[in-house]
Amino acid sequence: MLSLLLPSLAVFSRVLIGFSPSFLVPLAWAWFLDAERHRLIWEAGFALSLVSGLVLMLLTRRHRRELQARDGFLLVNLVWLLLPAYAALPLMYTVPDITWVKAYFEAMSALTATGSTALSGLDHLPVSVNVWRCFLQLIGGLGIMLLVVAVLPMLGLGGYQVYKSETPGPMKDAKFTPRISETARGLWSVYFGFSVACLLAYRWAGMSWADAFMHMCSTMGLGGFSPYDASLGHFGSREVERVAMVFMALAGINFLRYFIVIRSRSLRPLTADREIRTYVAVLVVSIVLVAVLLTAHGVYTDFAQSLHASAFHVISLATTTGYAATDYALWPVFAPVLLLFLGSFVSCAGSTGGGIKMVRMILLIKQARSELVRIVHPRVVNPVTLGGRVLPVTVLTATFGFMLIYGASIMGLTMVMLFSGLDLVTAFSAVIATVNNIGPGLGLVGPASNFGVLNDFQLWVLTYAMLLGRLELLSVLVLFTGAFWRR
Amino acid sequence: MKIIILGAGRVGESVAESLVSEQNDITVIDQDPTRLRLLEERLDLRGVVGNGIQPSVLQEAGARDADMVIACAPGDEANLVVCKIAHDVFNVPTTIARLRSPEFIEGDELLGKSGFAVDHVICPEESVTRYIHQLISYPEALQVLEFAEGRASLIAVRASAGSLLANHTIAEFRERIPHAEMRVVAIYRQDAEVEAVPETRILPGDEVFVLADTQKIRMVLGAIHNIDQPVRRLMIAGGGKVGLRLARSLVGQCEVKIIERDKRRCEYLASQLPTSMLILEGDGADEDLLLEENVGEMDLFLALTSDDEDNILSAMLAKRLGANRVLSLINRRVYADMMQRSTIDIAISPSQTVIGELLTHLRRGDVAAVHSLRRGAAEALEGVARGDAKTSKLVGRRVEEIKLPKGARIGAIVRGEGRSSAVLMPHHDTLIEADDHVIIFIPNKRLVREVERLFQVSATFFG
Repeated sequence: MLSLLLPSLAVFSRVLIGFSPSFLVPLAWAWFLDAERHRLIWEAGFALSLVSGLVLMLLTRRHRRELQARDGFLLVNLVWLLLPAYAALPLMYTVPDITWVKAYFEAMSALTATGSTALSGLDHLPVSVNVWRCFLQLIGGLGIMLLVVAVLPMLGLGGYQVYKSETPGPMKDAKFTPRISETARGLWSVYFGFSVACLLAYRWAGMSWADAFMHMCSTMGLGGFSPYDASLGHFGSREVERVAMVFMALAGINFLRYFIVIRSRSLRPLTADREIRTYVAVLVVSIVLVAVLLTAHGVYTDFAQSLHASAFHVISLATTTGYAATDYALWPVFAPVLLLFLGSFVSCAGSTGGGIKMVRMILLIKQARSELVRIVHPRVVNPVTLGGRVLPVTVLTATFGFMLIYGASIMGLTMVMLFSGLDLVTAFSAVIATVNNIGPGLGLVGPASNFGVLNDFQLWVLTYAMLLGRLELLSVLVLFTGAFWRR
Repeated sequence: MKIIILGAGRVGESVAESLVSEQNDITVIDQDPTRLRLLEERLDLRGVVGNGIQPSVLQEAGARDADMVIACAPGDEANLVVCKIAHDVFNVPTTIARLRSPEFIEGDELLGKSGFAVDHVICPEESVTRYIHQLISYPEALQVLEFAEGRASLIAVRASAGSLLANHTIAEFRERIPHAEMRVVAIYRQDAEVEAVPETRILPGDEVFVLADTQKIRMVLGAIHNIDQPVRRLMIAGGGKVGLRLARSLVGQCEVKIIERDKRRCEYLASQLPTSMLILEGDGADEDLLLEENVGEMDLFLALTSDDEDNILSAMLAKRLGANRVLSLINRRVYADMMQRSTIDIAISPSQTVIGELLTHLRRGDVAAVHSLRRGAAEALEGVARGDAKTSKLVGRRVEEIKLPKGARIGAIVRGEGRSSAVLMPHHDTLIEADDHVIIFIPNKRLVREVERLFQVSATFFG
């Protein structure tokens, strides 16, 4: 068992060393804005992760070898289980009255870019703590491993396996450059470019530099943390909300597409992509639908206001960000349910959003349509195609398998939550919100409340749900199969 | 003219066949000696066995003093290379390549003198597709050919009983449809030509060739043939290159069902065409399949495989099962002539459609377009009248003064360029001006040379 783990641990040690500089970001903010006590905590976090990484590296140095498929999955699970623990440590010493469960939940929520918080009184936390919460979303959004592969090629993490097990989407064989590290670097450069633009836009919209930085992190990662209990509603500014809308919508699109656009100097890869076109269409239709509903029910007096509120919340929830500008749970019940429903599939594969991913939805609908045609025309040949190419049957069956496991996970986790004593709305919405990495649910965990009301057991279950959702179920569940551990 | 043809395949063969009869020296290069020997026996040409992309083989074929190289090998690569070698090594003035890939466009820098040195591109699949597409757009016509960049069209149509003009003489046309600018250039009755003079009466079943302004095609067709329903539903048997190209060109225009035998090809077709087009795996001559897919409801059934017999059979079967009209690709001219007047409504020989294009490049003088009619028996030729009254045999003369060979007829004149151009129906006293495009119908191929000579400007023009 341990011998199976050792090669992955050897690489994990390097990832940990690579992760340690992240602590310098809150440290930098603490330097300017917080008390000296906080600086020490970030310094300690940096030192701890660096030193433990080095020690682990020395201990496992004999076991380094080329990673196999199995090692890739182990590694990714190790990273996503242990790094939140490292990230949670500083919270224990900075947030008043926090328990270990809440800290770990918060760190997992941040790294998986979910944005469900178990903390309240965010406005009174030290700036550096909020920076840390938000910054983790920026890293986790596009992928920790991807970042490590991109910036630290000397770690010997050139493995395609790693990329495969962490990047969302049904078709991961879309290698765009000969070397995976080059693709990773390209993706992160695009991501970084968008982030800078987002930061400046928030600043322009009237935020302070600190607020702009934190919101940039949680917008681009499609996480949804905010340093304020009132989320983006704290600002009450239309400009801020518009900036958020634009960048959330942009981050919900496959970053590889942007990379290709820049490489090929043509917008066609973006405009011709079936997934992106459907993404835009679904967003537009939903926005109009909700706006009409809001106007009809008199939630807002005029249509323009409804449209703005609708657009903001549809984009925020559908892209799995989870910002709220108002308590949309009070809207006619169709709206909040639609928003959660959208969140479970709208984001594109390869974006920073969670959920089933739009492309899988397209595949399922296409397959369903092709079955219906086959009933009328038994001899028809209509394989599912995407972008002028016939999809291999393996991709389709993998998608069906994924959907099955996805449905089963939602059901199972909801039952567990119900068993623990929650009401149906809270239980179901909490599971949907965490498995899809959306953030706020409904009922007790609605946008006006937070996950702090849940008990320890429920928080552990939801923490696990976030991890499941971020790694797209299979990468986690494969560890629970007997075949995986058999030699 | 000394012409080298590379490749004795179907296209190469029909190219050779149509050129041999025009008193050219033809040499055909192919790697298959038996095929060459058969050609040599049948046609008056020379065969050279070897790989045409080797300069030594080209040399042996007489590339040094050839006037033209026509590369019709099956692969685009070979055709490109041969044109390059012919131009660079042997200084052949004109090179023509058959290129299947639509990415090579005539006049592109890539095909220029410093590139692959291909002067003209021919693509039989593309020609056939365009040809069939015209027939789908004008379902009443047997053939629609464009002249003067599409301004004027020559239409072949079968007169039907009860139409406006059936059982009337040509002279009466003018009174019955005064607005239609049209000219009947030829009439075929029972496959024999009938002289098209004003007194000729058009009978139902006659094949009538009419020249008209392209914008008036609908009106002309309606007058001679009962107006058909536009083609909405069609079934294609054979999803080869032609089938795929055609289906692509019909996206959004018709409901299309394609029957293809090969499973892998089916999948490829499905990936290339919108999902609204049905791809069916099966045999085009499978009665059950045709019935199951409602062949009886089809406006048009097209048999487009590469096999003549299959095409004929499936087209006949489709007709028997109730398809409104059936069209079949038939390569062998004998078969095509045989079938066109029987069960099969339209028979097309693919190689013939490309010959017209090829002929245009071959002709001397200012010949702008040549189309072969009735599968090569007759021709329609568009030439530009150059020079002035002194040097030209056309300019400054009235139509009645022009010495045309017997049977040849001036069908239309297109005057002016671009938007300001007009299609004129000439009368006996119409004066031909410089730079007019003159469209002449030639009932017999042997007369082509004489007509061409009319367009040549005499030497004094340059002196």
